[in-house]
Amino acid sequence: MATSEQMIPDRAPPITQIGPIAWLRENLFSGPLNTLLTIAAFYFLYLVIPPVFEWMFLDANWQGTTRNDCTRDGACWVFIIQRFEQFMYGFYPEDLRWRPNLAGILLVLLIIPLFLKRVPYKGWLALFILLVYPVIAYFLLHGGAGIEEVDTSKWGGLMLTLVLSIFGIVAALPIGILLALGRRSSMPIIRAVSTVYIELWRGAPLITILFMSSVMLPLFLPEGMDIDKLARAMVGIALFQSAYVAEAVRGGLQAIPKGQYEAASAMGLTYWQSMRLVILPQALKLSIPGMVNTFIELFKDTSLVLIIGLFDLLSIIQQANADPNWLGFDTEGYIFAALVYWIFCFGMSRYSLALERKLDTGHRN
Amino acid sequence: MNTTTRLDNSEDIVIMRNVNKWYGNFHVLKDINLNVKKGERIVICGPSGSGKSTVIRCINHLEEHQEGEIIVDGIEVGNDVKLIHQVRREVGMCFQHFNLFPHLTILDNLTLAPIWVRNMPKKEAEEIAMKYLERVRIPEQANKYPGQLSGGQQQRVAIARSLCMNPKVMLFDEPTSALDPEMISEVLDVMVELAEGGMTMICVTHEMGFAKRVADRVIFMDAGQIIEESEPEEFFNNPKSERTKLFLSQIIQH
Ligand SMILES: Nc1ncnc2c1ncn2[C@@H]1O[C@H](COP(=O)(O)OP(=O)(O)OP(=O)(O)O)[C@@H](O)[C@H]1O
Ligand SMILES: [Mg+2]
Repeated sequence: MATSEQMIPDRAPPITQIGPIAWLRENLFSGPLNTLLTIAAFYFLYLVIPPVFEWMFLDANWQGTTRNDCTRDGACWVFIIQRFEQFMYGFYPEDLRWRPNLAGILLVLLIIPLFLKRVPYKGWLALFILLVYPVIAYFLLHGGAGIEEVDTSKWGGLMLTLVLSIFGIVAALPIGILLALGRRSSMPIIRAVSTVYIELWRGAPLITILFMSSVMLPLFLPEGMDIDKLARAMVGIALFQSAYVAEAVRGGLQAIPKGQYEAASAMGLTYWQSMRLVILPQALKLSIPGMVNTFIELFKDTSLVLIIGLFDLLSIIQQANADPNWLGFDTEGYIFAALVYWIFCFGMSRYSLALERKLDTGHRN
Repeated sequence: MNTTTRLDNSEDIVIMRNVNKWYGNFHVLKDINLNVKKGERIVICGPSGSGKSTVIRCINHLEEHQEGEIIVDGIEVGNDVKLIHQVRREVGMCFQHFNLFPHLTILDNLTLAPIWVRNMPKKEAEEIAMKYLERVRIPEQANKYPGQLSGGQQQRVAIARSLCMNPKVMLFDEPTSALDPEMISEVLDVMVELAEGGMTMICVTHEMGFAKRVADRVIFMDAGQIIEESEPEEFFNNPKSERTKLFLSQIIQH
């Protein structure tokens, strides 16, 4: 049976060469200029870090229920804690919040086995996540068919941000891959259509696409026909994102040597077999960094749905900032928003690094 | 051209009849006529750019030709793409740069085509793969990746990979010219064994020792034409054309 052997990593140098003193000397004090820069940097950190730390932790207020519980000497985390649920779910009815929770937990549970070694039927699992899970998630989040409905105008907060980005990423992947293949197709019409599509979407900022989907599209729809605002944004985001995925994948495809295509054809594989079994596994691996970059950008860009009146994480925090009962705590709100965005983006970036390392089979062209 | 007499010979596994090919205005193959019988071993040689690779790549339709007929195992492809796959199933090919699939283990490289093209059960494909890995003397590398093998080992894997499809013809495009000198013989040994086992082979190579030892016919090409075609002994000892003589003198000095 085929068991994949991990590559043996290069051996680490002996510890004496990388001890802390040697490291300091080599990296921070390797010359007069470097020494000066190091001292200046430490001085700057000394000026900045202690007050920030005091404000955020030592003088901060954590307990209470209203603004009167905040001393104003430090951060008023009471505000964040009081509004936390709303930041997570928007105006989703409290008694139904178990449904988005369940949808999230289900997704995590389904995805974990994909990343474990030696789990059989990964392909089917991936297909299940792509085709069946969205249906389950739809009924959990939105309801219908006997399940109590929650209108999408009530969705909000981090939950909405995640819905938009996960849908954008997952739907854009297959479309983007097909577009990338289309752009390199030997058939002129397919090539032209793919190229025009990609360049068109890449030429427009996301904000105009969201705007068009929410303001212009309804003008073209027949009277009485109304597509959900969130659905329109989701489709717009996915189509937009697919152009970026396509370019990332195309970069990967271009890096695959011609010999790989030839060897695959010479053994009698069809076009789609060669792509699926030989070319795409290599090309997608190469495009991971580019794709994750665009995913991270998308994740942050979902905050633009603010302009079409959807309440994603950032807009719901802004709304809370404007609450007369909590005026003056914008900083806390924005810090919290930044922290949440950072956690997700950093996670994605780390994961892509790990994935690249795992897929490295020692082949260097 | 005097090839019409051999046309209906069913012994011929590859028939090229008045094949012409152009790259734009560049006439790369000029009236190529070549018949290869079952079990025959052909060596093609000639100066760089003479069209050797192009000839054998036309046989499995990695390159399109514009004029003439190419019949492989009784199949003339014409415009039917399905037939191309049918031809390629029966024709194995080894490349100068091996072209193993770096993301797959050696074993998976070998079982890929049998499983997907021949619809063979995985287990059976793996058994066959191990058999051929033993034949090329590297069964112990089965679970490594191509990047972990030497050039000579990779080329032997590439040969085994082609053999797993049980091909009727094997094409070799300079299989040893990207190898370090000390690895050439391990690959040639495998090829000699293959020839002695009765495999039909068409080899582009400048390894004249190999040609003398196994070839039934040596074909010399220059500027897109077949200049000379004869048995190795005749070819090396008594070349007819000036161009062949010049080429041979350069190779031997080299
Ligand atoms: N895709 C292509 N487009 C244009 N010209 C090409 C192309 N491929 C090959 N040629 C030209 O066709 C000629 C024959 O090429 P071919 O690769 O068959 O030569 P060769 O005899 O195999 O040479 P070598 O010993 O260098 O491999 C060369 O002059 C080459 O430059
Ligand atoms: Mg060549």
